[in-house]
Amino acid sequence: MSNNFNTYYMSQTPLIQILFLSVGLFFIGMYGLLTRRNVITMLMSIELILNSVNINFVAFNKYLYPQKLEGLFFTLFIITIAAAEAAVAIAIIINLYRSYQSIDVDDADELKW
Amino acid sequence: MDISLIIFYCIAAFILGAAFLAVTSAKIFRSAIWLLFSLIGIAALYYWMDIQFIAAVQTVVYVGGIIVLIIFSIFLTQKANDDMPKPPLMRRLIAALASLTGIALVLHLVYHHTFITPPTTVINSNIDNIGLQLISTDKGGYSLPFELASILLLASLVGCIVIAMRKGSANVNNVE
Amino acid sequence: MNEYYVALIPGLPLASFVLLGIFGRKYLKEFSGTIGTLALLVSCVLSLIVAKSYFFDSEKINGAYQSIVLMNHTWLSFTPTISIKIGAMIDHISVMMLVVVTFVSLMVHIFSLEYMKGEERFATYYAFLGLFTFSMLGLVLSSNIFQIYMFWELVGVSSFLLIGYYYEKPSAVAASKKAFIVTRFADLGFLIGILILSFHAETLDFKLLIAKLTDLNSPEYLSITTGSFLGISALTWGLCLIFMGGAGKSAMFPLHIWLPDAMEGPTPVSALIHAATMVVAGVFLVARLFPLFSNTEAALHLVGYVGIVSSMFAAIIACTQTDIKRVLAFSTMSQIGYMMFSLSMAKYGGENGLGYLASMFHLFTHAFFKSLMFLGAGVIIHFVHNNDMSAMGGLRKYLPVTNITFLIGCLAISGIPPFAGFFSKEEILTACSHENKTMYWLALITSGVTAFYMFRLYFSIFWNKEAHVHGDHHHHEAGWAMKLPLILLAICSIGAGLVPFGQFVTSDGLVLPTHVDLGFSALPVTLAVIGIAIAWMLYKNENSKSSAIAAGLGGVYTAIYKKFYIDELYIFVTKKIVFNLIGRPAAWIDTNIINGTVNLTASVTASVSETIKGIQSGRLQQYLLYFFGGVATLALIFIYLIK
Repeated sequence: MSNNFNTYYMSQTPLIQILFLSVGLFFIGMYGLLTRRNVITMLMSIELILNSVNINFVAFNKYLYPQKLEGLFFTLFIITIAAAEAAVAIAIIINLYRSYQSIDVDDADELKW
Repeated sequence: MDISLIIFYCIAAFILGAAFLAVTSAKIFRSAIWLLFSLIGIAALYYWMDIQFIAAVQTVVYVGGIIVLIIFSIFLTQKANDDMPKPPLMRRLIAALASLTGIALVLHLVYHHTFITPPTTVINSNIDNIGLQLISTDKGGYSLPFELASILLLASLVGCIVIAMRKGSANVNNVE
Repeated sequence: MNEYYVALIPGLPLASFVLLGIFGRKYLKEFSGTIGTLALLVSCVLSLIVAKSYFFDSEKINGAYQSIVLMNHTWLSFTPTISIKIGAMIDHISVMMLVVVTFVSLMVHIFSLEYMKGEERFATYYAFLGLFTFSMLGLVLSSNIFQIYMFWELVGVSSFLLIGYYYEKPSAVAASKKAFIVTRFADLGFLIGILILSFHAETLDFKLLIAKLTDLNSPEYLSITTGSFLGISALTWGLCLIFMGGAGKSAMFPLHIWLPDAMEGPTPVSALIHAATMVVAGVFLVARLFPLFSNTEAALHLVGYVGIVSSMFAAIIACTQTDIKRVLAFSTMSQIGYMMFSLSMAKYGGENGLGYLASMFHLFTHAFFKSLMFLGAGVIIHFVHNNDMSAMGGLRKYLPVTNITFLIGCLAISGIPPFAGFFSKEEILTACSHENKTMYWLALITSGVTAFYMFRLYFSIFWNKEAHVHGDHHHHEAGWAMKLPLILLAICSIGAGLVPFGQFVTSDGLVLPTHVDLGFSALPVTLAVIGIAIAWMLYKNENSKSSAIAAGLGGVYTAIYKKFYIDELYIFVTKKIVFNLIGRPAAWIDTNIINGTVNLTASVTASVSETIKGIQSGRLQQYLLYFFGGVATLALIFIYLIK
């Protein structure tokens, strides 16, 4: 049943629409990254960016290379690594909070001229 | 205009709306919750694309793990109910400009790209196939990246503990 | 004629310079004097052997002495035709100069053994003497005009070192600087002259240069006489500029200002350098290039006028000076003036070359009696510890040998027969009377004045009043080291005049017989005797006639005493004109424009750097923006521009 479902909708590929979605998500994440002052909100924006990339991989896998599963694996590993990276980032944020007593990213500007 | 397409548009609108609110919300806790919704929306998208396994993984890891982590850290480091300071207008403008430029560039590329026609053979993306390929050692198998990912998780675990540790407790551990 | 002998003659003093310069102060100390003297003794003997070999045994072509070039190594080659060579040329004047320089230098070395005894820098003094002797010998042996310029500068350096020997005295330091700067300035003219001549003649070698530029049909002669600047031909310019160099070194008017001040050096140095050798280098140079000068009327006239003016100028000033060495310095200047204008009275070849012969003869004899008088002055100063005539008087009782020898020197310079100066002066006056009667009368008057001031000096030192003699030390006159040179030089002052000079040194190498014309010489001798008599009246016994005359002359006397204010004029020109008009603007340009440009470069760099460093603000989101901008730009480039 799901196979029929898939082949039926293969002909109307909404690939471009999915790409619109992922692009929009990516740049919303980038806007957040450039704008937000709190380090934790910057981390959240990074998660959005990573998710947009995941959507991209899955979409390309499903609509351009349906005979393979490579895209899915990429997505899987990206999720794994994003989890690890988020954990390390939180650890760094906690350390930063201890040093500066604030997690405003504008306050951590010692590495300058 | 199919029902599936309409469902897709709803999901997409939900995702983008939640994401936008996540990056512009004034209170940090709300921002985290909007992110939560956005991630749930992405899981729904995966489900719509008929890849249940990834949808499950997304929910468990992202929603159940990372968002929880973020909320914990919010509570550890600041008052969650206060308004965050707004960024200056100039910065917002430039960031918006950069984002819109980026969107325009990439969409232009996407529109004018001719994608290949997909072959007709379809592999079933059910959990059996994913599992078998994940741990196979043949060509196209992913056992090596799997093992490396586990090492990475170990390293990040240890690293987090070391970075977040207070100086005093380190000495205590060493003396013992 | 072995070239090794000739190479040894300057080589030995050079070796003594190097040895004493490096090891003398620490290891050899008192022995340095002996080493230097021995080196010079061998050199002197070798020069006499070379002289005998050249004048008596060498081959003559058509009865004329030839100039022999012994070695000629190419050192630096500019073009195939012009190259700087190092060579030794033996001809009549260089052999004569070899004998004179080595003999006088030997006398000075022996004299200094006792005069400079006890000096801390004894070895350095002998090293410098060795350097000077080497330079002077190299100068006279030079075979090309650039080599002579090199040795010219070396002589200047040695003179600088020796005048400034007592470097703790600021006056000595100032005098050595003055000597060096004035002669260096004159050498500028010399260099330009060399360049002019060598450019047109396309050679630096003396023999070739003279051959090309005296041949009236050669292309070089045509090119050098047609090229002209301000209406004067290039040949005249070249020779006049070369003469400028010679005039500086020989202390001719108006470049004479360094010579009186150079008396700050030790007295034996004055005897060697400023009496017999270095100051005659200018005369030697003109004699070397004499065939060229004799073809160029204008240059020859310049030499003559400068010579006679210097001669009279110096003689008048010497009448008023009270420092012994200054009197002797001006006397030297006067005698060299004689040599110069005597050269101008001659032409190349045969009978016309009498002036040349006379000039060289006077150089020869003057070296002996002038250095004799300087060494005598050294003995006197050593005895009295003072340079000024007012501290001396009646010294004939204490310094008998010096008395006799100094008297011989004075008689020689005054031209009293049969001493050497009489013969050489007579030849000069003969040559003058043939050519130019005005010059003859002027020279005659100058010789009378010469006799006057020399005997003024003699009587004031050895007769006149009794000087206050220090009773503590120096009761004796001097050791043999100081008396022997005096005696030897006195013998030469008597005997040198009897040398038949015309057999050996003439303008073209052929024998020019000279004879003494008693009728002609009566006039100069009488004038000299009158001069001596006036000096006797004024100075032999203590009286106030001389000061009465000085007071009577008033302002004129002061002007002469101040050496006609030439020094003040030079200082005025340098301070007010050169420093203000040239020095200050140049310094301003250097400080403001050149320094300013460099500072501007630095400050521009610094301000650009300040602006750029703002990019590294430390703010994470700014970095992310730049990162995104870079990625977008690269994407655009790679997608759209580089297909």
